[in-house]
Amino acid sequence: MEISAFELLSALFILVLAAFVGYEVVSKVPTMLHTPLMSGANAVHGVIVVGAMLVAASSEGPIRIALALLGVILGTINVVGGFVVTDRMLEMFKKRPGEQTRERN
Amino acid sequence: MDTLEVLTYIVWLIASVTFILALKFLASPSTARRGNQLGAAGMALVVAWTFVSTEGMLENWWIIVVGGAIGSVAGYLGAKRVPMTAMPQMVAIFNGAGGGAAAVVAVAEFLEFAGHGNGSLLPLPFVIATLAGAIIGSVALTGSVVAWGKLQGVISGRPVQYPGSQIVTAVLFLAAMGLGVYLVAVENSIPLFLVFVAISLVLGVQLTMPIGGADMPVVVSLLNSYTGIAVAATGFVLGNYALLIAGTLVGASGAILTQLMCKAMNRSIFNVLFAGFGTGGDTATAGPEGEEQLREISADDAAVLMAYGKRVIIVPGYGMAVAQAQGPVRELMDLLVARGVDVQFAIHPVAGRMPGHMNVLLAEANVPYDRLKEMDEINDDFADTDVALIIGANDVVNPAAREEGSPISGMPILNVDHAQNIIVLKRGRGAGFAGIPNPLFSNEKTTMLFGDAKPSVAALVAGVKQA
Repeated sequence: MEISAFELLSALFILVLAAFVGYEVVSKVPTMLHTPLMSGANAVHGVIVVGAMLVAASSEGPIRIALALLGVILGTINVVGGFVVTDRMLEMFKKRPGEQTRERN
Repeated sequence: MDTLEVLTYIVWLIASVTFILALKFLASPSTARRGNQLGAAGMALVVAWTFVSTEGMLENWWIIVVGGAIGSVAGYLGAKRVPMTAMPQMVAIFNGAGGGAAAVVAVAEFLEFAGHGNGSLLPLPFVIATLAGAIIGSVALTGSVVAWGKLQGVISGRPVQYPGSQIVTAVLFLAAMGLGVYLVAVENSIPLFLVFVAISLVLGVQLTMPIGGADMPVVVSLLNSYTGIAVAATGFVLGNYALLIAGTLVGASGAILTQLMCKAMNRSIFNVLFAGFGTGGDTATAGPEGEEQLREISADDAAVLMAYGKRVIIVPGYGMAVAQAQGPVRELMDLLVARGVDVQFAIHPVAGRMPGHMNVLLAEANVPYDRLKEMDEINDDFADTDVALIIGANDVVNPAAREEGSPISGMPILNVDHAQNIIVLKRGRGAGFAGIPNPLFSNEKTTMLFGDAKPSVAALVAGVKQA
């Protein structure tokens, strides 16, 4: 296998720019949403399931198949659990209409 | 580059944009849920595309179907059934699963390429990224399991340190680094690589065990960031930009979130990870002389104070969470508001076990989020407040933080002692989670209402109804 300098540099560019995007985006999230933020970010790195799928696609032999299966199971737990639990948390941040007017009378 | 490949890159791009928007939309409660759903849709797209477009996938389709079914059921049931109070440990488990998956992918790739090599060394960047994915993913896996155990109470919340434990950690770390250099530069040895992974797994336990239960949220956030980095590394190994971007995004956001959490406690990340802070139990007791000075109040008297006040600020803490008292608290708020009392909630950034933990619980009980005020926003209002009602919070209102020489010195706290009256609802007479005595309780303006938060708040509700 070979890795060209261009591939390496592209990856480096993506890495650095994505890190800045992550920093900027998260700096604007208010404290009260930090728990859903942690959980939501957790769901996003569940994309590792795609990596496990790629291993599965090129699997021959029992060891690689076992690893692929384990990877897909763990990755799916991360992705499904992560998004569902975040949705459950965020569902509760509903604003009730009329509440603001009731406050100062 | 054929059409299929071009489409693959475009799918990665779309998915990456949805992931960024998922985090960006979290800036406001009104868009947050939509953002999360968008991220989930992007995830579904990239998973579906990978399944239909990858060569060889159809021969091994059953791995995806079986693994996906098991993982979906486990993840869905776990996420749906977990009580809101146990949210931090659930996030820890999901994070551990992600870290484990990253490590598994890294191991599979190393075995594949080192096994088929002709003796010549694999390219340096490939091996470095594979080793990074394996070690960071492994640490995230076992570290998350320990963090789960500590939050769940399966493992003692105390900082567990045996003599020489830090030396063992250092030796393991150096051994892993040495092996790593050897694997990269001298020989792509499979047995040594497996030793490297085993050391990484032990390292995750070693790094997390010495940290007190009260600091676990910071650790979960840090491990979340680690998993992100591990995913980015495997993304590089596989040449998959969706993984590279998503992983880096989470790695960076987890790091900044960890930093924000440490800042809220006025401690450095180094202090959190290595100082063995916090006893992690409600077992530590205040001295007997401190106990005698506490003045108790009946629920009815406390209810009258609040019902005839102009402004009440409620300060929730972990005690409210464990007692599941958020429903009665909301009832109390409704009754007081109906009487014309101005009721606000003061949320300390680290109240409960995670930042925003209180917000989630109160939102669950339908307390409108515009009544939840952050510390800086409400701290000046206490002086103009009739009653500060503290429900199961302790360290975040401990004035000892303003003095020198306390373990929490310098931590910003809520100025509840500026209120006219302070009513503290507390389970027992012991010190708080961090095991530090709290002089607020012997303040002359403070009265105590002992007992589990739920019946205590219910008694206050009954009292306000009669007042």
